[in-house]
Amino acid sequence: MKLACVIRKQHYQFTSVRDVLAKASEEKSGDRMSKIGANSALERMAAKVVLSELQLKDIYENPVIPYEKDEVTRVIYDDLNLSIYNEIKNWTVGELREYILSFSTGMPELTRISRGLTSEMIAATAKLMSSIDLVMASQKMRHQAYCNTLIGEPGRLAFRCQPNHPTDDPEGILASIKEGLSYGSGDAVIGINPNNDSVESVTKLLKMTYEFMLEWEIPTQNCVLAHITTQMQALRSGAPISLMFQSLAGSQRANDAFGVSKDLLDEALELMLRKGTAAGSNVMYFETGQGSEVSLDAHEGVDMQTLEARTYGFCRHWKPFMVNNVSGFIGPETLYDGRQMIRADLEDLFMGKLHGLPMGIAPTYTNHMHADQNDQEIAGMLTVLAGANFYMGVPGGDDVMLSYQDTSYHDDASYRELLGLRPLREFEKWLEKMGLMENGRLTERAGDLSVFD
Amino acid sequence: MMKQINMDDLIQRVMAELAKKTGEVIHFPEQKVCGVDNPHNPEALERAMARTPARIGIGRAGTRMKTVSYLQFRIDQAAAQDAVMKTISPEWLQQLQLPELHSRATSMQEYLMDLESGRLLSDESVRWLEQYGDKDKDVQIVISDGLSTSACEATIPDLLPALLQGLAMRNISVGKPVFIHKGRVWIQDQVAKIVNCKVVLSLIGERPGLATAESLSAYMIYKPDANTVESDRTVVSNIHRGGTQPIEAGAYLAELLADILKYQASGVKYMQLRAQNS
Repeated sequence: MKLACVIRKQHYQFTSVRDVLAKASEEKSGDRMSKIGANSALERMAAKVVLSELQLKDIYENPVIPYEKDEVTRVIYDDLNLSIYNEIKNWTVGELREYILSFSTGMPELTRISRGLTSEMIAATAKLMSSIDLVMASQKMRHQAYCNTLIGEPGRLAFRCQPNHPTDDPEGILASIKEGLSYGSGDAVIGINPNNDSVESVTKLLKMTYEFMLEWEIPTQNCVLAHITTQMQALRSGAPISLMFQSLAGSQRANDAFGVSKDLLDEALELMLRKGTAAGSNVMYFETGQGSEVSLDAHEGVDMQTLEARTYGFCRHWKPFMVNNVSGFIGPETLYDGRQMIRADLEDLFMGKLHGLPMGIAPTYTNHMHADQNDQEIAGMLTVLAGANFYMGVPGGDDVMLSYQDTSYHDDASYRELLGLRPLREFEKWLEKMGLMENGRLTERAGDLSVFD
Repeated sequence: MMKQINMDDLIQRVMAELAKKTGEVIHFPEQKVCGVDNPHNPEALERAMARTPARIGIGRAGTRMKTVSYLQFRIDQAAAQDAVMKTISPEWLQQLQLPELHSRATSMQEYLMDLESGRLLSDESVRWLEQYGDKDKDVQIVISDGLSTSACEATIPDLLPALLQGLAMRNISVGKPVFIHKGRVWIQDQVAKIVNCKVVLSLIGERPGLATAESLSAYMIYKPDANTVESDRTVVSNIHRGGTQPIEAGAYLAELLADILKYQASGVKYMQLRAQNS
């Protein structure tokens, strides 16, 4: 394994695969804060050179966090298909990049090698890719999942209707749900972030959304994004849940901080398959995003992007319906500005897809980072082009409970309009029945929540 | 240079006066404006819009926002960005008569970019707390500007008396509250260790959102130690005029702290114990 190189007559030496991965990452403030990023622009390039010549087996044999120490590593390695891995283990990362981009490599080939790739290999490849590389590779992959609706079909784009309210007022939440639906947003899920995480309150919101879905015969799923243990308690007491939510991270220590483990997720999935209301078998909804491990001081010396890839390697074990990437939610200490946020979104979409996941993107920004609406819309348009499965839908792009900006109901409708994309099949029929959509385009009636009154 | 600034200021003031006289001044609406053309049920729409601070009923131009709601959104975002950089008013702090401590962050930039700097007390503040902090109490309260000084200024004057009264009613002992400049949540672990309290409560200004820059969060943890994880913390967020009212929040927090003391646990552990006993 070669961990050194000479460029511009300068000798660069790296200490480990982990070190190479960290220094080969595009510049991000979180890696700088944990003091593992490259110290100069040329050092970053030297790390990319070394990375491009590493063989996949070098990465396999040197997981960034040891197998014995970390549950995320164990899930990734235990789920790997060794037969496929053995076929490609002598490839360099540079060769893997070219294979992915080659004309003769399509969705079937990528789906296959995906099963022989560890998350670190996928992260490594992304570090050698530019924006167009990432978008073109992402476009090749489209992963479907089935809950009550089928997500991920070509030519279709779905949204989570995110009707949060600062005090969980059910009527206020319902008002935002109606508004979202009238813009065609809500086919991925009607998902509420609760302010009050108690079982009683969460149950009330689950019942409210479920009854509304029944009353108006809306083909979608409901979810209240409380801690997974709260949702499990609600489910045991008979609350109607079609999707179970949890935030996940790429190191065991960070997942400990979130209060989750493999055992708990196994139990949650089993419970959902027995007691949940969904028609299909993809019943989990995960959220991830670069930087959570850093902000929990649980990065283990690994860069944010590699940790994010590991999160996907962990996620895929439970065959989720949705994996939503929310890079940009934390703040400038992890992603400094719009440029870093856009890069993270493109990397994450590609990495998630190469893990075989039904990925969605939430291009987000907070008010204490150096980004604005223009950056967010650029990230949104690029990832739509790259073929994300879904986005969030927040009234006017302003989440009044979580205090950050995400894609709006208007943006959702615009993304469909920009590329001629349709809502999910069952949901489009419902929109037509409601007189809100015709031939894939919003009607005059759309955008008026009072059509439900 | 000085002269130049005064001149600009003067010109601005004259222009403002002139504009007032001639009526040529725009009073841009700050409240949500209904933008739906020909709504199906105007009364229902109006009721819905009043029920939530969310930007609903704003209508559309094609699939895009109408001009007024787009500009309102950008104005609110600009105000929120500016609010982050505001520093707390010394007069306000004086009125509250709280001892002032400092984290290790010496500037807003350092505070924003280096989490560690806001998670630990400065050496001087450690010494002060060791010497003058109230020890061995049930509850220690920490107030911090965090990312919004406006949140502290808008909520603490109502919240703190209600909270202290609620704790007194339940005979829960409380150490004198302290204000920590540029403190992050985890600084509460260090405070708890120094004063040896059972529960530490931090009241911290949240990052400003568009709907409000005055939102405060409360974080509580029972006897934090080396094994503490994030999910051990109990959080109450969205304390502001448009969310949970500050006075109400004070009373609720007192009740919650009593419960945490009863179960000797906070965070997910507390929720599970409570559910088992209900």
